[in-house]
Amino acid sequence: MSVTAAHEARRGGVLLLARRSPTAIIGATILIVILAVAALAPWLAPYDPIFQDVDIRLAPPGVAHWLGTDGFGRDILSRLIYGTRPTLLIISLVALIMAPLGTAIGIVAGYYGGLVERVLMRLTDMVMSFPRLILAFAFVAVLGPGLLNAALALALTSWPPYARQARVETQTMRRSDYLAGAEMLGIRGVRLLFGHVLPMALPSVVVRIALDLAGMVLIAAGLGFLGLGVRPPTAEWGTMVADGTAVIFDQWWVAASPGIAILIMSLSFNLLADGLRDLLDPRHG
Amino acid sequence: MASAISSIPAMAEPLLEATGLTVSFPTAAGGKVDVVKGISFAVGAERVALVGESGSGKTMTARALMGLVPPPGRASADRLRLDGADIRSLTPPGWNAIRGARIGLVLQDPRFALNPLHRVGRQIEEPLRLHSRLSRAERRERSLAMIAAVGLDNPREVHRLYPGELSGGMGQRVMIAIMLVCGPRLLIADEPTSALDHDLRDQILALLTGLVEKQQMGLLLISHDLQQVARFADRVLVMYRGRIVDERPAADLPYSTHPYTRTLWTCRPSPMTYGTRLPTLVRANLEAPP
Amino acid sequence: MTDATATPAGTAPSRRPTRRREVRLLGRLANWLVSLLIGLAGLLLVTFSFTHISSVDPVIRVVGDKASEATYQAARHQLGLDRPLPEQFVLYVGRILHADLGTSWSTGQPVASDLARAFPATFELATVAIVIGAVLGVGLGLIAGLWPGGWRDSVVRVISLLGYSVPIFWLGLLALLLFYARLHWFGGPGRQDVAYEFTTTRETGLLLLDTWLSGDASAFRDALSHIALPALVLGFYATAGISRLTRTAVLEELGKEYVVTARAKGASQARVVLTHIFPNVRATVITVIALSYAVLLEGAVFTETVFAWPGIGRYLTISMFAADVPAILGGTLLIGVCFIILNTLTDLIVGGLDPRLRP
Repeated sequence: MSVTAAHEARRGGVLLLARRSPTAIIGATILIVILAVAALAPWLAPYDPIFQDVDIRLAPPGVAHWLGTDGFGRDILSRLIYGTRPTLLIISLVALIMAPLGTAIGIVAGYYGGLVERVLMRLTDMVMSFPRLILAFAFVAVLGPGLLNAALALALTSWPPYARQARVETQTMRRSDYLAGAEMLGIRGVRLLFGHVLPMALPSVVVRIALDLAGMVLIAAGLGFLGLGVRPPTAEWGTMVADGTAVIFDQWWVAASPGIAILIMSLSFNLLADGLRDLLDPRHG
Repeated sequence: MASAISSIPAMAEPLLEATGLTVSFPTAAGGKVDVVKGISFAVGAERVALVGESGSGKTMTARALMGLVPPPGRASADRLRLDGADIRSLTPPGWNAIRGARIGLVLQDPRFALNPLHRVGRQIEEPLRLHSRLSRAERRERSLAMIAAVGLDNPREVHRLYPGELSGGMGQRVMIAIMLVCGPRLLIADEPTSALDHDLRDQILALLTGLVEKQQMGLLLISHDLQQVARFADRVLVMYRGRIVDERPAADLPYSTHPYTRTLWTCRPSPMTYGTRLPTLVRANLEAPP
Repeated sequence: MTDATATPAGTAPSRRPTRRREVRLLGRLANWLVSLLIGLAGLLLVTFSFTHISSVDPVIRVVGDKASEATYQAARHQLGLDRPLPEQFVLYVGRILHADLGTSWSTGQPVASDLARAFPATFELATVAIVIGAVLGVGLGLIAGLWPGGWRDSVVRVISLLGYSVPIFWLGLLALLLFYARLHWFGGPGRQDVAYEFTTTRETGLLLLDTWLSGDASAFRDALSHIALPALVLGFYATAGISRLTRTAVLEELGKEYVVTARAKGASQARVVLTHIFPNVRATVITVIALSYAVLLEGAVFTETVFAWPGIGRYLTISMFAADVPAILGGTLLIGVCFIILNTLTDLIVGGLDPRLRP
């Protein structure tokens, strides 16, 4: 992490950031647009996403329905717009659980060292070697489909990289004068960990979250595709692709557009992560 | 600056001639900064030293002469001739042909400058593979001879070693062997002894200058060590912040009137300066108008 | 390093004890074995706990929901569900070690035999896919290294970015639509055309191998055209990661001093990348390929579903739809074990390949 890079960015403002990393800006912009779409869905969507009009089922893209209709006669564009919500919800939940959990474990392990560290790191390695996707599937399949179950399963198998990174950074900082100074002032324990160690570890955590979320979007959609996501008739992109599978050869638009939406959302996180990494990496340029 | 070329010893044609050599890098804000600001100098079949502190531009000068300025940096010159040939605008194949064959570069630390996964013999033979038509056996003979020439015993054993198995001094001798095996006309040595122990430094430099003299080559020695330079070079160029600020025969170094050179020379700690304050440099006096 | 021997300074090689190297190797092996066992134990613990949090009551499954209390308790006792949990876990592990993964609720067959039948299909698909992915990925990464910062580098980055962002099930669907339904370049869903399905003798379960061995050229071509599309889709998935890592590794090496030396010798960019840099990134590349293979096993779930490929992935999906808990957990366990072995194996390989990591 480069402190000077962060300082430069603040001094030069957004324009300097943009020139140094156009990918970050593009990614952030797309993400902001998606968030706006999700927030303004009721006003943006031309139709009710779950309203079925069987007369016009499987209609191709046209004037009335820009992206056509699906097998139940529901407007695809509206479902696409509303579909931003479940995906964003799942990945937010996952991020909110895995990052703090993993980082906390890593900081504790790195700070206290010794047996605590060894046990925690063995645990981390163990969970890290688990097949995240398959376990999430199994978890949801066994417990029952639903947003919360999916998010929980994913978060519980995705925290290890955060723990590893936090531990390394904590160890590095432990030997630094920066922490020694704080300790001499009497700041110890939890306050030291969260007031001083955490802020230094934060930038790399942010980059990692962005990168993870890119993959989470795909996994969440995958769960929906397999019928393990939100319950129908809620509009969710993965489920929409699944709906379109049966008619893929003739009415291909039903499956095509939700896939593109998934692609764009995942892409935005990837671009953001790439861009942020360029900015924060001292070896930039 | 204009005096640089006039003070070279009289000779038919210098091996290397550079006029207005500039190396510039783009800045984050969109402009550019020159790390080497239009310097001019020449090197004949002699030993020329390029001295200066960190950041003076000496390493970039060396890279520019080899066409190895790392992007996004760019090198340019009004005039750049090696052995009479214009090398200002060579294509990559053109550069590949002269690098290693007509001009060589010895780097500072053999621990990093040698490929850890190739054996010594293979690394010495590589320039021969690239630039000559010798057979495998002939290449091997040449490399063994070279290993012996740089003062290493048991050439056959050394030939088989990996760089990780070499000591610092051995590694640097191998580097020299690599760069001299094709018999280039000019050798650039970028701080060749800075990573070595003190007792090794003189040995390596003596080896280097001896080989260079025997082959009647030119040597451009880059260093920050004035004592070393005074002993081993014929002529010294002093760089500061991208410009050549002083130039004189090595024997004249202690008597230089240039403020920078004087300070560099007189601020060396020694038993005689014990207990006294070392002179410092007033850098404002050195800021030349752009 | 100063050499205090009799030879002139800087001319004698340093010696290295070999016994220490052997001890270190054993230590690393032991460490790896411990990691492996812990991982497997953890996985078993997870799958075991899944059996108990299932929303479906296994006892009711056996006796029906109209059974009397006595029958229910008797069945529960017979299934061993009234014993303390740790004891149940030990029994569970014991069964697993005897390859008893329970009985599928939908097929009525032992899960283990269902999986054994499905495994070769997934293995074949994943292996062909990783070969495609590795060749493409390493190739693209090297191309980016040969022309860093150029348009080829940008193309590689874009391909990698897309590979990371595209949902594989959707890619599979589109590929099926375009290359099978519209262009007729490849075979459709399934491993073979119906015509060949009953005439091919399955010795290994790997169709490409079986059809090759049987000498039936048209059957081989048919199997090939059916595996091509899912393998390409799955392989592309791996290409993204492999190409990105290869590119990063090559670019990082390009900044090193030995590259300057190589160029100073007159080596071309191609020679530098292929002869000098590639051996130095080999370990990293192999690691990422092995890890990608593990990821492919997961991605196969989607690919097999889309292409109706009768492998473990499809078995899992079907089981999930049927809420067939033993089958779900059996499949999960199998993939999980492969995953853990691959992951811990790469750690071991990396340590052994790099001569600089050797003492």
